[in-house]
Amino acid sequence: MILKLNINNKFYNTNIESDESLLVVLRHLGFKSVKKGCDTGTCGVCSVLIDGKPRLSCQFLAARAQGHKITTVEGLGKKADAIIDAIVNEGADQCGYCGPSLVLTTYAMKKELKDPTVNKIKHYLAGNLCRCSGYEGQLRGIKKYMGVK
Amino acid sequence: MMKFKEVKHSIPKVDGRGLLKGASAYTDDLTVNSALIVKLLRSPYAFAKIKSIDTKKAQKVEGIECILTYKDVPRIPITRAGQGYPEPSPKDKFILDNYVRYVGDEVAIIAGTTEKVVEDAMKLIEVDYEILEPVLDFEKAEGHKSVIHPEKEIYSMFPLGLDARNNIACSYLDTMIVGDMDKTLAECDFVVKERYYTHAQQQTAMEPHTSTAYIDVQERLNIITSTQNPYHTRRIIGEALNKPLRDIRVIKPRIGGGFGAKQQIHNDIYTAIVTLKTGKPSKCFYTRKEVNESSFTRHQMRFDIQLGANKDGIIQAFDMQLLSNTGAYGEHSLTTFMVAGSKLLPMYNKTKAIRFEGKVVYTNKCSAGAYRGYGAIQANFAVESAIRELAEKLKMDPVELRLKNCIKEGETSPVFQVMGEGGEGIAQIMESCKLDYCIKRGRELIGWNKKYPSKQIAPNKIRSVGTAIAMQGSGIPLLDMGAAVLKLNDDGFFNLLVGATDLGTGSDTVLSQIAAEAIGVPVDRIVITSSDTDTTPYDVGAYASSTTFVSGNAARKAGLDMRAKLIEEAARALEAVHKDDVIFEDCTFKLKDSHESITLKELSEGLYYKFGADMKQLIASGSNTSPKSPPPFMTGFVEIELDIETGKIDVLEYVGVVDCGTPINPNLARIQVEGGILQGIGMAMYEDVVYSKDGKMLTNNLMKYKIPNRKDVKKITVEFAESYDPAGPYGAKSVGEIGIDTPLAAIANAVYNAVGVRIRSVPLTPEKVLHGILEKS
Repeated sequence: MILKLNINNKFYNTNIESDESLLVVLRHLGFKSVKKGCDTGTCGVCSVLIDGKPRLSCQFLAARAQGHKITTVEGLGKKADAIIDAIVNEGADQCGYCGPSLVLTTYAMKKELKDPTVNKIKHYLAGNLCRCSGYEGQLRGIKKYMGVK
Repeated sequence: MMKFKEVKHSIPKVDGRGLLKGASAYTDDLTVNSALIVKLLRSPYAFAKIKSIDTKKAQKVEGIECILTYKDVPRIPITRAGQGYPEPSPKDKFILDNYVRYVGDEVAIIAGTTEKVVEDAMKLIEVDYEILEPVLDFEKAEGHKSVIHPEKEIYSMFPLGLDARNNIACSYLDTMIVGDMDKTLAECDFVVKERYYTHAQQQTAMEPHTSTAYIDVQERLNIITSTQNPYHTRRIIGEALNKPLRDIRVIKPRIGGGFGAKQQIHNDIYTAIVTLKTGKPSKCFYTRKEVNESSFTRHQMRFDIQLGANKDGIIQAFDMQLLSNTGAYGEHSLTTFMVAGSKLLPMYNKTKAIRFEGKVVYTNKCSAGAYRGYGAIQANFAVESAIRELAEKLKMDPVELRLKNCIKEGETSPVFQVMGEGGEGIAQIMESCKLDYCIKRGRELIGWNKKYPSKQIAPNKIRSVGTAIAMQGSGIPLLDMGAAVLKLNDDGFFNLLVGATDLGTGSDTVLSQIAAEAIGVPVDRIVITSSDTDTTPYDVGAYASSTTFVSGNAARKAGLDMRAKLIEEAARALEAVHKDDVIFEDCTFKLKDSHESITLKELSEGLYYKFGADMKQLIASGSNTSPKSPPPFMTGFVEIELDIETGKIDVLEYVGVVDCGTPINPNLARIQVEGGILQGIGMAMYEDVVYSKDGKMLTNNLMKYKIPNRKDVKKITVEFAESYDPAGPYGAKSVGEIGIDTPLAAIANAVYNAVGVRIRSVPLTPEKVLHGILEKS
């Protein structure tokens, strides 16, 4: 089926299989920041923003994405810089495989959480697994970015 | 305290920003869209013989390019373990075989144009299996009537004690013996004699195993792969396919975590053979189910420990008897086993009698392989639990018992000389060892004296503390070698080429800092390229906590060599009488007692454009191997809250105090330890590889195999001891593994300190804790 997708404010016409996930289609279109880590919607490395909200692209049928605004980390551009700096300044990026999804989810969190606390941050990001960092370094950076002591 | 300009500074990782911005950097990102999709038909049985296999119908599926069974591939026994050479693992694996030895073992390789095509074809392959009785209990494997490796061709490159007829992959007996164990134990006032079990664990790197292969314009096989050891990969592929290594190139791009999982070869062999057969690019991207079921786990182990001490608390006898489960194939079987002894026995070095022996058996389960802290973490649980049990008998504070017995700076242990990895070791004296400081500082940070052993804070809640100490190594002495090349460019910057393999640890950054320190330039003058068998020099790869120490010293030597060459050229350009008259600082060469100077940029421009007959390329190199492997040390302290109604443990705080010499990049070193601690907590508390009665792995995805998430972490505190090892680059020792070692015993000891329940098998599930509490009352 032919699909018209709004990705990072540009339109892409693409021919897909009806059962293809948004993850597969995005990677095929060249958005390699969107990673595949599991097959069960558990790890979070495939997260993208759909209409500004974090969603697991591996659990989202591409066909359903038409008419929605899809954002990958490539689309954040300079808006991602402060988040990226917060993480790399702690050395907490490590292998980086979960990194783009963490940056996107943190970006959405900043917009959504009115009164952020450490517990709210942990809860919001709980679906973004990281095996390298032990999470503490990421938290140190993200707390600064969120203005939480 | 030494002052440095580039090392001992926390700079961001050189690749960090690019990775977080989503750069195409990992194997699958770099794969061409036209690559054939490679998948494996896998065994549904734990142990079976293929009576017949028919691929005719599958071959007819449109888009199928290649289907291979054991009849179509070379039959050369290899080991998939990437370690030294001659390899210390039995050569017991064929690309494909007519026996399948665990659920998930490979039966056929299928390649086609799309995933769908390949999956359709897979369903049409007809296999007739003769189902055999599997060996699933590792304690019953030796001498079992089912022989897992009946094939004649398997062998080991040097004596490992391989006895395949009895399901023994290797054994280690009558060698690591000091003093008279039985006599010493008989003379001790107190003896602990207990059995401990540790389970398998999944490495769970976020990037699944991925490989892509293609033929280049020189008609050579190129493989891009998520590997920790590109050179070993090239050697093993060459061996398996009977191809000269000059026809193979292995490239490691960025990789999404490894933790040892990528110290074995996985799908490279399948993409390689498909691309060689078809001439077309191919790729293989494992599903998470394949990563869990069909790659490698941590070795399951059983320990019989005897510790004997006199009333004064000095440990006199230390006996460790070990049984290890290597699963279907013997990757890392002997070395993992030996590390269990070599990283624990020397820590308590006041002993009169030491004995370490055991066997590694085959079973019909997923192969065990490398995983961060291999051998050491398992043994740490057994030994550090036993130390707490000994403290109880002695009525001594366990912290004091450790301080009394632990190895100190300037001391040694006979174990270093007897035990290496797979063979004899090398004697060493601890030139840096701040273990006693780590213990005392950790005790302070956790508030041990106020909190030990426990405090009831609510009718159903008890808070308690526990501790364990650990030791690792820094590479394998005189076996691990790493090399570095530095190339000056015409804008006054340098390419640093290293074979060392950054798997997300930040080693590219750490090595750049070391090279910059040695040359005497800011680190932004270094551009690093790592891990390409065609363009970078040799390195064993990232394992055994080797990179900072082994490859770091290579980068340092290359840097010093480059500095000397630069000064020689500057002396010529400045017409110095003697090169000692040249001072190099702030990227400028100055003559002593003169205003003459030339900048690094000007010198490089001269060398490539302006110096006429003196024009030349400056290249420097350094290789490093060392008779020393200075151990990093660590103390872990934990505070837990235990719910005595449910048995649930909450880790409130984990304190790690580490002696890794000079932390080259303190932020990155800290994250290594924090990440290690959390993986250890996962293994201690709930991570477990569970099989069904017929040998099928039940925990074959991330829903069923739970790794810690952000909400599982309350507080991790990491500090470094001020320490400097003279053998390390700028005083550094390695730090990649040690963080993982202590949580198992520390938490088990905290459980004991809370409720007096001793759990001698991990994970420390609420069921076990509650069972213990109920049994006690």
